[in-house]
Amino acid sequence: MRVIAAIAEWFDHRLQLAAPIRDAAQHPVPRNTASWWYVFGSAALTVFCLQLATGILLAMVYVPSADEAWSSLQTLNHAVVLGWFVRALHGWGSNFMIAIVLIHMVQVFLFGAFKFPRELTWIVGVFLLLLTLAMAFTGQVMRFDQDAYWGLGIGASIASRVPVAGPAIVKLMLGGPIIAGATLSRFFALHVFVVPGTLIVLVCLHVLMVLKLGINEWPMPGRVVKRATYERDYHELTRSDGAPFVPYAIWKDMFFAAFILLAVAACAWYFGPFGPTGRPDPTIVQTVPRPDYFFLWLYAVLSLLPPSLETPAVIIGPVVLIGALLLLPFLSGEGEKSWKRRPIAVLTVLLVAITLGTFTHLAGYAPWSPHMNAWSGDPVPEPLLRGATALQRQGALVFQAKQCRNCHALGESGGQRGPSLDSVAVRLTQDQLIRQVIQGGGNMPAYGKNLRPAETTALVAFLETLHPADHKPAREAARDIVLRSGQEPRESAKP
Amino acid sequence: MSNETLMTRRGLFMKLGILVNGVVAAILAVPIVRFLLSSVTLSRENAYTGWVPLGRVSEFPEGETRLATFRNPYVAPTDGKTADTACWVRRVEGEEFQVFAVNCAHLGCPVRWFPQSGLFMCPCHGGAYYRDGSRASGPPERGLFEYPFKVEGGVVTIQAGELPTPGPNAALDQERPPCA
Repeated sequence: MRVIAAIAEWFDHRLQLAAPIRDAAQHPVPRNTASWWYVFGSAALTVFCLQLATGILLAMVYVPSADEAWSSLQTLNHAVVLGWFVRALHGWGSNFMIAIVLIHMVQVFLFGAFKFPRELTWIVGVFLLLLTLAMAFTGQVMRFDQDAYWGLGIGASIASRVPVAGPAIVKLMLGGPIIAGATLSRFFALHVFVVPGTLIVLVCLHVLMVLKLGINEWPMPGRVVKRATYERDYHELTRSDGAPFVPYAIWKDMFFAAFILLAVAACAWYFGPFGPTGRPDPTIVQTVPRPDYFFLWLYAVLSLLPPSLETPAVIIGPVVLIGALLLLPFLSGEGEKSWKRRPIAVLTVLLVAITLGTFTHLAGYAPWSPHMNAWSGDPVPEPLLRGATALQRQGALVFQAKQCRNCHALGESGGQRGPSLDSVAVRLTQDQLIRQVIQGGGNMPAYGKNLRPAETTALVAFLETLHPADHKPAREAARDIVLRSGQEPRESAKP
Repeated sequence: MSNETLMTRRGLFMKLGILVNGVVAAILAVPIVRFLLSSVTLSRENAYTGWVPLGRVSEFPEGETRLATFRNPYVAPTDGKTADTACWVRRVEGEEFQVFAVNCAHLGCPVRWFPQSGLFMCPCHGGAYYRDGSRASGPPERGLFEYPFKVEGGVVTIQAGELPTPGPNAALDQERPPCA
């Protein structure tokens, strides 16, 4: 033991790190912050370290060349011993990291930890969140498959909408006029050097400020933050009711970090790595690109916005959101910290969580996307054809052959882009059906040029049969009167 | 001035040192920034667009729309398959063509042609276009992007080389401008 102590002393005489490390470890924290609610920041840092380690391992095999990246991923998955597991750790690590960073942010927000004097800690945290999302997007590009290729196209299309500078930003982003070798190379530089380097610097600042300013005390309703007195009160609190961070509080961080690492490893082992999906060949147009899980909400928003709102929302939306996050500590730097006295804060979190959750859920089955193979693959439900006339059956054929099924469901199969047509005859009269088919409208293309009159007649005859047994189809009352009186309206009466 | 009287020799040298480094940084910044922006400052005509053949006119039946592929006019050694691109070729009649980019005018996903209904449909957000490329429904604000084409010696040729994106004035483009 004496030898070890002597060696340690030799190093510390030169490094002089023991004293500052001891000070940092033993800085007093309020006793009630030694809580399971305070473990998410250190868990995020732990997963970040896992990402650094697994990322370096992957970079030993991965080839950042548009020609070979996909094959090198196959090599990792199938040829390198446990390559699949390291890829899975990195992929699942990224999912866990985003989740933990978000939970950490919500906890900090609800506990009022962004208030004076921790405004800058929050602002650095906002940039850490943005950089984490940047790692997620650039990481999806590293998995250079069809989703990555078309995801880049979507990113370029969004970037192109920036006023004036749009086209220049696209070329800067792609490294050239098309998505190609230069694009992957520069995203590799971003994913491996620029973004992680910035992350490391900002994480150090973030943690340094937590050490210097002290961890946010457990918020008590009625204990109001005032700039004039807060720091004095906090020091009084840590003096009277404090305990050294090590070992009083750190054991919970360590337990949770170990649990999270185990959870990442378990997911990686059980579910395996993400992709790659098909080879990134732009001539394969039979593809349905989907973003990774954490960008599904954005995919839903971009589908559901009205076209006229899309460019403003895509360009102004992020500026407003990020601006609001950055301004938060200045707009609400004092006052109550406890969520029990901040109903608007709680409602905001709930609203954001429900919104993101709903959009993510919607994007899971994408009702706005046509089912590209429904017309040829989904059978017409048999009850709809029972007792049908030849004309109506012909109409069912037209319905399938003209790809109506890609957007309209029958019997719960088919696209959901347009309304389900199981009871369309109750909603629309014969004339209205004809007009809707021929002229389109309400977000439906006009089929007038692509249907011969006989096809339209057959199609409408089929659609008229689509009503529940206990509902009569819609009819135009005036037409009945005309038909009953046995008279056709005279030419002069037509508009 | 009083400041000058306070300036020491060492203080002056430090300031000169800062100045010298500032000048050197500015000199180095010029090539570094030019390198960084090289993909932006490339001029379109000389550097990356060009005419590429799609195939003989006879390969495209009149009144039909077919998928054609071409290799980008300029290819870097590491591009691999990404330098290959697909496009939809519609032969209206005779030597009158329309050549559409596969990229949806909404966010760039590859649209598919359905000859039976005469529609292009996008698998991502559900954009649809008529056979002449005009917008039919869904989120796109305009019709499909078109490549300029010409028929030379019985071969359909298009001017290509750039990923078409909607750009800042997507909604204002009433007429369909070319891809490149």
